[in-house]
Amino acid sequence: MFRNQYDSDVTVWSPQGRLHQVEYAMEAVKQGSATVGLKNKTHAVLIALKRAASELAAHQKKIIVIDEHMGLSFAGLTADARILGRFMRMECLNYKYAHKDTLPVFRLISTVGNKMQVCTQRYDKRPYGVGLLVAGYDDNGPHIYQTCPSSNYYDVKAMAIGSRSQSARTYLEKRLADFPDSSLEEIVKHGLRALRDTLPNDSELTTKNVSIALVGKDTKFKSLDERETGHYLSLIEGEERRGGGGGAPPADGPDDGPAPPGAPSDPTPAVAMDTTD
Amino acid sequence: MFSDYSAPPMWQNGPALGKYYDFPNVSTNKISHNSTNGKQRYHTPLTTGTSVIGLVFNGGVILAADTAGYYGSMMRFNDCPRIFQVNKYTILGAGNDYADIQYLNDIIKQKILDDDLHNDGIALKPKSLHSWLTRVLYNRRSQFDPLWINAFVAGMQNGEPFLGTVDKLGTAYEDKILSFGFGTHISVPYLRQEREKNPNMTKEEAIACIKTCMDMLYVRDARSGAKYNIGVISNEGSEVQGPFESVGHWNIATHGTPGQE
Repeated sequence: MFRNQYDSDVTVWSPQGRLHQVEYAMEAVKQGSATVGLKNKTHAVLIALKRAASELAAHQKKIIVIDEHMGLSFAGLTADARILGRFMRMECLNYKYAHKDTLPVFRLISTVGNKMQVCTQRYDKRPYGVGLLVAGYDDNGPHIYQTCPSSNYYDVKAMAIGSRSQSARTYLEKRLADFPDSSLEEIVKHGLRALRDTLPNDSELTTKNVSIALVGKDTKFKSLDERETGHYLSLIEGEERRGGGGGAPPADGPDDGPAPPGAPSDPTPAVAMDTTD
Repeated sequence: MFSDYSAPPMWQNGPALGKYYDFPNVSTNKISHNSTNGKQRYHTPLTTGTSVIGLVFNGGVILAADTAGYYGSMMRFNDCPRIFQVNKYTILGAGNDYADIQYLNDIIKQKILDDDLHNDGIALKPKSLHSWLTRVLYNRRSQFDPLWINAFVAGMQNGEPFLGTVDKLGTAYEDKILSFGFGTHISVPYLRQEREKNPNMTKEEAIACIKTCMDMLYVRDARSGAKYNIGVISNEGSEVQGPFESVGHWNIATHGTPGQE
């Protein structure tokens, strides 16, 4: 079926001034399982939902450690995330070798942004099909950065990406003012609640499908093990679940959730330049 | 034996056509025999700067160096400053080959510019610069082409004073008192003595000590100059002061006491 004249190549503009291939890549992020990042005044936290490919498979790792002061979680193509993760590790290691210090988070993010931008401007490449939430701590305090396949990156207070993540963003937006003065335990709980809001009603957060990682002042980046994850999960256990879970997707466009079976599968891309909403 | 297509040599061990005969054990043609592809990979410093001295006081660090540039034993240049402000945390001092100092300083200036362009308030820290210099200088010596430099990094990091040095081989260390050149012989014993007497020197006391050292060096070091700069760094910030001028005198020729001149 003839669909779109202007989406066969990354470098071809549509008459509306859009790059369809880049926008399709943005869609890949929304297929990935959800992940949430948020911070208080001293710490940054990542919470990720892990998927298992089948009953027989283990849950896929969703959090990549970059250096002692930084790590990331991702939504989208795992393979692309691992390549970016490897690149970021090398950058941090090289900086540490020369300067005996950790690479400031923003410096790395801008390098990653430049690397990802190249793929949106060359006919022999494809954009990275992955969105990252990078949590890090440096002299300017804790940071959460979001990156997109469009190679935009954002310094965020809190963010959720991945499938059905609009519910989590709604939760985060509602509680945004509380985060800076919350304790570490509180923001982990907020993160878990936000992630739980992305789940359908019939599923739950468990120690198997949740990853928690944190970093902050005097705290090296650490992916929590099942026991510690279980501790945090028990803190929000039994709480009444808010809207979002299993409900109708918020009226925010074509985001989230699989298309109903049999529906035409034309991709309806989001606008690449405006991704935070 | 010989290929049908090329002529045999005229005689055994003889010269090739158009070449001179090489007598055994007498080298008449060094270049073709002894050179390694015509590349000579060491050099000596040309225009040099003499002593650099560094001293940690209570809450800060001082570096000092004169501004004379020497061609061997000839004082060729008068205004070769060797104390540089890197940023608000860091001061750099250097001795030995002045061209290499300028070259390295240009690279560091570019690094500072790159830091500023990020506009994130993060600037090169003294320990980072010290480590970076170690990597650069060690790398160059490993290529048998060292930068003929003795570099000194002074600064404040996490509220603590830092003083470190790197030589042209990449040997790096930190101390409360550091020096290069003739200052090692003249200033270090004096500074150690003063620090032992007064371990928590104030900034003013430390500056007075350093100025005494520079006066002593001007009198005793034949490669020194009268004008010198002092770099002072503390939690209030960094600055390069000077040039100050030492006034020579002949007191010590008649047994004047060192440090009391």
